[in-house]
Amino acid sequence: MSSEFLIAIFTGTVVSATPLIYAALGELVAERAGVLNLGVEGMMLIGALAAFAVGVSTGSLWLGYLAAAIASMLMALLFGFLTITLQTNQVATGLALTLFGLGLSAFAGRPFTGMPIEGLHALRIPFCSDIPIVGPLLFRFDAAVYGSILIYLLIDRVLGRTRAGLQLRAVGESPAVAHALGQPVARTRYLAVMFGGAMSGIGGAYLSTAMTPMWVEGMSAGRGWIALALVVFATWKPLRVLLGAYLFGGVTILQLNAQGLGVHVPSEILSMLPYAATIIVLVIICRDPKTILLNQPASLGKSFHPDA
Amino acid sequence: MREWPWRLERRASPSGVMRIAAPLLAAFAMLATGLLVFAFLGKDPLNALQVFFVKPLDSAYGVGELLLKATPLALCGLGLALGFRANVWNIGAEGQLTLGAICGGGVALFCSAALGKFAIPVILLAGILGGAAWAAIPALLRTRFNTSEILVSLMLVYIAQLLLSFLLHGAWRDPEGFNFPQSKAFDDALILPVLIEGQRATLAFVLMLVLAVASWVFSSRLFAGFRMLVSGQAPAAAAYAGFSEPRNVWLALLLSGGAAGLAGVCEVIGPIGRLQTDISPGYGFAAIIVAFVGRLHPVGIVLAALLMSLLYLGGESVQLELQLPAAVTGLFQGLLLFYLLAADLFVRFRIAHVPRAVAVA
Repeated sequence: MSSEFLIAIFTGTVVSATPLIYAALGELVAERAGVLNLGVEGMMLIGALAAFAVGVSTGSLWLGYLAAAIASMLMALLFGFLTITLQTNQVATGLALTLFGLGLSAFAGRPFTGMPIEGLHALRIPFCSDIPIVGPLLFRFDAAVYGSILIYLLIDRVLGRTRAGLQLRAVGESPAVAHALGQPVARTRYLAVMFGGAMSGIGGAYLSTAMTPMWVEGMSAGRGWIALALVVFATWKPLRVLLGAYLFGGVTILQLNAQGLGVHVPSEILSMLPYAATIIVLVIICRDPKTILLNQPASLGKSFHPDA
Repeated sequence: MREWPWRLERRASPSGVMRIAAPLLAAFAMLATGLLVFAFLGKDPLNALQVFFVKPLDSAYGVGELLLKATPLALCGLGLALGFRANVWNIGAEGQLTLGAICGGGVALFCSAALGKFAIPVILLAGILGGAAWAAIPALLRTRFNTSEILVSLMLVYIAQLLLSFLLHGAWRDPEGFNFPQSKAFDDALILPVLIEGQRATLAFVLMLVLAVASWVFSSRLFAGFRMLVSGQAPAAAAYAGFSEPRNVWLALLLSGGAAGLAGVCEVIGPIGRLQTDISPGYGFAAIIVAFVGRLHPVGIVLAALLMSLLYLGGESVQLELQLPAAVTGLFQGLLLFYLLAADLFVRFRIAHVPRAVAVA
């Protein structure tokens, strides 16, 4: 096996993990605040479409990413209004958000189907990108890949080491206690959900502008749901989200390159791998009820009424 | 500071009237939004609305189509609602529907000759068992390994669709089908009879109505249904009464999986007449909306399925007549569920008028 092939496998893994990292880290923040948003898939699709549409119309992918973050944040705001202010069931509302996102993006995306777009460029970092082996391995990604690492560092730091992060976790563990201590439960949850939305949007944007630079109806193909599974797999810890996403990226890339590796299995069966892998890792993590009990935010999925 | 003289006030008990009125309110909000969307797209909104909601039904054939598309929606919705009431979130009806089509279609392709006149019942049974078996996976994983049935049932949708595609690109492909990924057409004797000559609605519609009655009996007259309801509404009470949670999970998933499987097999030995890669325009997902809009009640679900079916027909109608994308259907479906969830606010709350003087004091 040539070193070029191994490098291609490695970089492919990182690239296909990137949208999962954004979406799963965003969802992790929302869930740590106690809100389960099953609308990730819908928000990713809206983000993918917004980035593509704005990217094509303005010629600026940066504006596209901004539009993706804003559009998906608005979707999340809608979800927040329903679940936090109107206290609707989080599971049902999240499903509604996904179905709405699927419908809206399919409808609004019609004119953009089949259009070409110039995808996100790999960065050329002077000197570093030209080092043999290490250069292509680490220093030739696009900006969004490095951005995903920065976001991880930021979230890990803020959640674990700052006052704001502690407040957010308190709201997720026990909103009643946080409220009694004068913490703004609703505001914290709104902000966490909207942050999650923006991240899902950027994850979606990466799909339509970098991984496969085009708009296809339903192009997220379950990645939003895989991101939700990753948060459970990671037992709500940011570093494990990162590792889990690379694991999934690896499965996806190995499946795509299996023919090249001399594995003769029909492509449909290979395409099942990421979904089957999701089920398998969920079983491994959830097998012991204590793992979930100890790590899951205690109020996850439950509405909070200050007057009750 | 000036106070808004209207306030949301918690009702002493949930309003029964609003529970029924909320879906109607949501449907009207959806219509109003539809007007805006059509106007925004540069069409005469009233005309577009007429083309979307009235035109599809102006012939007997159109009404038949309405019943045809409502059948799988109601079948899936009836099953899902049993689970939703028990807090079991099967959202993979689309996958169970696909497995039902694969199993029933497989029997139709390979064993029908040996079965003689029992072929159709056996094919239907194979579809039900296929859907139930696919739903048994999330049931097993939730009861045995504590794994979320939401994520597992959804992942299985993708796997089921890939499985169907695998079969149709390989072993089950029609050798004379010009390499299209589809099986050969089923024998005429295996196709479900239509209800009225010249229309496409089949016997499956009647089966669906029978199942709707059965599901009403199950959930409101049988103890097993009561146990599921208590587990959903008051898990602590259910545990105290000794109701077995695993049993409810199994029951909810097997029943909803079987119903979705039946929906799938009725599509392939009904209007489609063969196995092909696209057997459902998202019926299994739309059925989630059907279940909620129908208030998880069999009568409501049948009505909601008719409405949802009309949304599919309307999408085709505006595409044909006004050159608008048929995807407007998905938009309306999503909006309907959102509006319903928002309208549900009024089940628990009401708007009360607060005189300003009192508000200040």
